[in-house]
Order: sequence, then structure tokens, then C-alpha cells
Amino acid sequence: MMNLKQLALATVFAVGSSLPVMAATAFVSSEKDNVISIIDVTARKLVKNVKVGMRPRGVLLSKDQKVLYICTSDEDHIEVLDLETLKITHTLPSGPDPELMALGPKGRILYVANEDDNMVTVVDTVDRRVLDEIPVGVEPEGMGVSPDGKWLVNTSETTNMAHFINTATSKVEGNVLVDSRPRVAQYTPDGKEVWVSAEIGGTISVIDAATYKVSHKISFKIPGIRREAIQPVGIRITKDGKWVFAALGPAARIAVINAKTYEVEKYLLVGLRVWNLALTPDEKFIVTTNGVSNDISIIDVEKRKVIKSIKVGRMPWGVVIK
Amino acid sequence: MTKNWPLVMAALMLTALVSATAVRAQSDVETVKMGYITQKSDAHIPLSLLEPILEDSGLQGARLAIKDNNTTGKFTGQNFLLDEVIVPANGDVLGAFKKMAADGVRLFLVDLPMDKLLAIADQPEAAGALLFNIGANDDELRNGQCRANILHVNASRAMLADALAQYLSWKQWREIFLVVGKTPADRAYARSLKRAIKRFGLKIVAEKEWTFEATSRRTDSGHISAQQEIPAFTQGVDFDVLIVSDEGDEFGEYLSYRTHIPRPVAGTHGLTPIAWHRVNEQWGATQVQRRFNKLSKRWMNAKDYSAWIGLRSIGDAVTRAASGDVAKIAAYIRSPDFQLAAFKGVPVSYRAWNGQLRQPILVTAPRILVTVSPQKRFLHQFSTLDTLGYDRPESTCRIER
Repeated sequence: MMNLKQLALATVFAVGSSLPVMAATAFVSSEKDNVISIIDVTARKLVKNVKVGMRPRGVLLSKDQKVLYICTSDEDHIEVLDLETLKITHTLPSGPDPELMALGPKGRILYVANEDDNMVTVVDTVDRRVLDEIPVGVEPEGMGVSPDGKWLVNTSETTNMAHFINTATSKVEGNVLVDSRPRVAQYTPDGKEVWVSAEIGGTISVIDAATYKVSHKISFKIPGIRREAIQPVGIRITKDGKWVFAALGPAARIAVINAKTYEVEKYLLVGLRVWNLALTPDEKFIVTTNGVSNDISIIDVEKRKVIKSIKVGRMPWGVVIK
Repeated sequence: MTKNWPLVMAALMLTALVSATAVRAQSDVETVKMGYITQKSDAHIPLSLLEPILEDSGLQGARLAIKDNNTTGKFTGQNFLLDEVIVPANGDVLGAFKKMAADGVRLFLVDLPMDKLLAIADQPEAAGALLFNIGANDDELRNGQCRANILHVNASRAMLADALAQYLSWKQWREIFLVVGKTPADRAYARSLKRAIKRFGLKIVAEKEWTFEATSRRTDSGHISAQQEIPAFTQGVDFDVLIVSDEGDEFGEYLSYRTHIPRPVAGTHGLTPIAWHRVNEQWGATQVQRRFNKLSKRWMNAKDYSAWIGLRSIGDAVTRAASGDVAKIAAYIRSPDFQLAAFKGVPVSYRAWNGQLRQPILVTAPRILVTVSPQKRFLHQFSTLDTLGYDRPESTCRIER
């Protein structure tokens, strides 16, 4: 039987009106089905699939959380989804094949990695135009902005580097070699470290942001899983800087890493080819995108337990939660 | 103990090198010269009119790799140059090689048949050089005819045959009708196929040589003769799959849909094991496919892919070793730490015992990817990729001192 909230939800969606307030809502891009799946994380339910452009991958919330930026890679632009009406209101120019994005500190400037042409494109989200293009290594991918907004770290998958870009000048000021095929870059909340995953190398490099030196390298060992199948991609760090969660791709695990000791404390079994993950704003839950299982897993952070899987559009890729 | 000594040395050297490169001063630009040597031969003419006749296979892959290496080199102060030499059909290959060596080239991509590759490798000028074979897929080069200064980037015939046989074994399509063309290359591939068929529990129920003369690609009413010839040729035997060995692409294309009983065709035609193909869009392959297409205005093929891997192997070694020194580059590439991302989901590396690149093999239909071998059920003590081709205990190559 439906409870009141679900009934209200059903009614609201029946008339195609706005999204009601929920404790935590996840937005998951499905690379193959070209939809954004909206999930009520608290109720652990799929609310709706919203049709968008071709091959949606990286997703990002605007600073005011009113719109969702979507890298629709095969359309060569970014689509802007109004989270009230669930309609695409406009697109932003992005350069070819946009994959991942990061917002500048004020929320106006969007940095986009263009896998096809070795560039990071700087986009003004208000004037909807390209401000700058920053040449980086081959196949740019991961994008991380420092907490003070002064630095942008971009990874390049074939060059195997993390490029430190000064956001004031758009100049690359440091290059750090990491293991093969770096995917995601994340600053720690204190801005002192950048964690970079290397998918084919099977490691995470922790870079000292001041000296551009790799200070720690984390590798993973899971009994019964071949070394080549352990392919770290998504990284999320808790606001207190104490814990890091890393998605390990075909190994179908999330690694729970103690950020102070750099030790892996636990592996959580999720779906197949897990690439990305996101924490709820209260950090009580994690949602992971399991590409080959076509579902997401919800993890109870405190209990370190997977509590639910939910079917979404095929080949889920990116996820953000508000 | 003594046997593992070179490995330990390489590992030690590598640790030292990597820590030294964490941040590299971008002051002096180091130039790394690489050579590409091939000989003009009659262009391969595909039977299907839809397939383009290519004269720059391999070369375009090398050019893309140089571009990629230089994009990275911008950040490390390294500059990569490619010396392209296409020897005329009746020209002097050894002379051309010696001239390149005299010009200071020590790192070579070689797109030549086995005899010419070996002639180069055995020159005194090649002693301190590193040759990347992208043109000869002979199994002998991975066995008795191996050389310490050659790395084989392209897949051997044995690797391709094993990749196909593993999939057929998984499908339990075990009874094979083998059809072999007339050329020495066709017979060589048939030998690799027979080895694979035995290795993976399949069985040859019939074997026939294709004895018709090669037809021209444009023949009016050509389909009528094929429609008559092939049912008769394949009559009188029951089988699960017809495997064809026709490396020259002279008749294999005719077999599908024309066999006496309704059975799939595999091998050089139909379901084909191959190192690279336009159909691969997974594991980030889209990016390299698009980059290649933008540069050369055509699709990347297996030889282009081998050339790209060869030069990217060098590029990666130069970046990580922060050195253009051939001995250091070779030591790194051969070390257990070398792992190159190659758009196939797992790192590729070179086998210590015969210099062969271990890599997954695509098994594909002409328009869509069917599977990728090794298949999951085939396990291996060290790397499942070593279930393809000549494994350490099987290879008669002894370059691992």
C-alpha cells in the first residue's frame, strides 16, 4: 500500500509538475539509455527517468542546486536540466565530447574536460559562452577544484598526469606523473592533498598539493580478484577529511580508506563495473553507479553496509546527490 | 636465483628512476628519435569493394602516437621525432636500416616480413637497438627465431587462433570444418588454428584446400559462380563452424551464407579474431578511434594499432624513466612494472620469455564486436592474457637469460 508521501509523489508526477522536497535525491546518468534517473535515496526508490541527449556521463549540480549540468558526450554540448520542471532549458557550449566537469568557487564558471581534443574548456554558465581553452595532456578526464577555488586539477588518461591549473591565469603550473589511465581527481577538504585514481595502474596516488609530489600510493588487494580487475575510478572524501571511498570498477567493490593512515579498512561488495559514487549531504549514505549491473547500490556509511540495489537506466555512469 | 637477477636489476633501476621523475624540471628539452622502416609492396586488395585499399597501414598509427607522445612531452620537456623510411619495392632494406642507424636512430618500428626483420635484427648496427615488430605475425618469431632486440607488438597467428578457439569452446561449437587457402601464409595460419583447436578441446571433422584461382574483385554476375561453387565445396560433412584461413582475402568473403548446411563462418572472415578493429568503442577506445580518424581520415586498423602501441611504449618509458637512453628504455619496457593503457580494459605488457605483447584479442563480426578473449573460464597462474599464444613453458625462445 502506498503511504501518504508516495501517494503525493504519484499525484505530483501524474500531472507532470515539480519535484517535491526530499531528504536526499540522487541524479544518475545512464550512458546507454540516455536518461537521468531520479532516485529518492531516503525512500530507496526510483522516482522517474528523464530523457536527455545522447550519452549522458558527467553530472554536476549548480551551486544553488536548482539545475543539473549534464555532459551529453555524443551531442558535444552540456545540457542544463531544470530540477523544478525536469525540462532541459538550454545547452552550454563545451567543446567536443565533454565528459567531466567542475564548478569554480562562485558557481559561475564551469570547467569541462574534452576527451577528444586535449583541452579543458572554460565556460561561462551565465553568458553561455566559452571563455578559454587550456591545453592539457592526451584524453583529459578528471576535474577537481581546490576548496579555495584557486586551483583546478585535471587528469589526462593517456598522458598519465595530473595537471595543476591556476584558475586565475588558466595556466598549467605543475604536472605530476601518476600510474596508467588516471580518471578522477579530488582535493581533501583542507586543500592539502589531491587524490588521483589510476584505472589501469590499479592505484590511487595522493599528491601533496604544495610540492606536486606523490606522497602516498595506495594499492588494493582483494582475495579471489585478479590484480588487473581492480580498477579505481570514482573517489569521494568525507567533509571531515577522515574517510575516502573509492569505486574499484570490475572488482565490484567500494574501498573504504582511512585518510590519515592511507590504509584500506574495508571492501564493500556492490554491482559490476562500479565507476562513480556520491555521498548524501548528511553523509549517511553513499550511492554507487554499477555500469554492467544496470543498477545503483545504496551504502549505509556508518554501518559500512550495502543496504539496497535499485534498477536504473542501462549503463549508469555518473551520480550527484542533493 | 641467478635466473631472476636481470628482473631484480630492472626493478631496482626502475624504482630509482620513478622517484626521480615525480617532478621534472622543464628546462632542457630532450629529443628522442624513432625510426619507422617498411618496404613498398603490392597493396593488399580486399575482395569487398566496401573495403578501402590502404597504402599507409601502420604509418598513420605511428604518426598519431608521435602526436600523443609530444602532447605529453610538452609537460616533461621531451620531444619525439619520427624518421619515416619507405624502401622502394626493389630497394635495399638493409642499406636503409644502416643509414638510419648511422643517423642516430636506435628505436625502430619495423613493418617487414619475417626474413627481412631477422636480417635487420642480426646486423651489428642493431645490437644496441630496440626493434618493434608490427608487420610479421609468424609464430616462429615467438619461438626458435626470436631475437633479444625484437619486441613483437602485433599479435602472433597463435594468439589470434587461441582467441577464436577459446570463444568457440565456450560456445561448445566444437566440430570444425577447416578451409585453407593456397598461400604459405594461409598454411601458416592453418597450423596455428590446428594448434588452438587441439589446445581448447575442439575437433577438426574435415579439412579442405581452396584450389580455385583468385577472382578479380569486380566480376559481373560473380555471385552466381560463388553460389554454385561453395555449396558443392562444403557438401557431405556435418560440422558446427567453418573456419577459413585466407590471409590474402582472396575467397573467404564468399563463404558466409553459402555453405551446404547452415553454419557460421569464422577465421580470417566472418567471426574474426583481431588485435584492433573499428568496432571497439569500449574502455575509452572511442577517443583513440576519433583521434585517429581526425588525423588520417580513415579507420584505425590492427597494424596502425600496433604502431601506436609500439611508439607509446617508448613514449611511456621515456616519460617515466626521464631518459632517452635506449638501454634504460628497454629495461623499463621489459620490467614487470611496465603497464600501458591500450583501450582494452586491462594493461598490456611484454612477455619476458619472447618479447611478445600480451593483450586481449577482439573477436568480431564485420560490423559489431562479438566478444573479447581471453574468455573467463580459462585461468592462468600468472596472467590470463598468457592463455593466448605461446606461454612460457611452451615457447622455445630463450631470450630470458
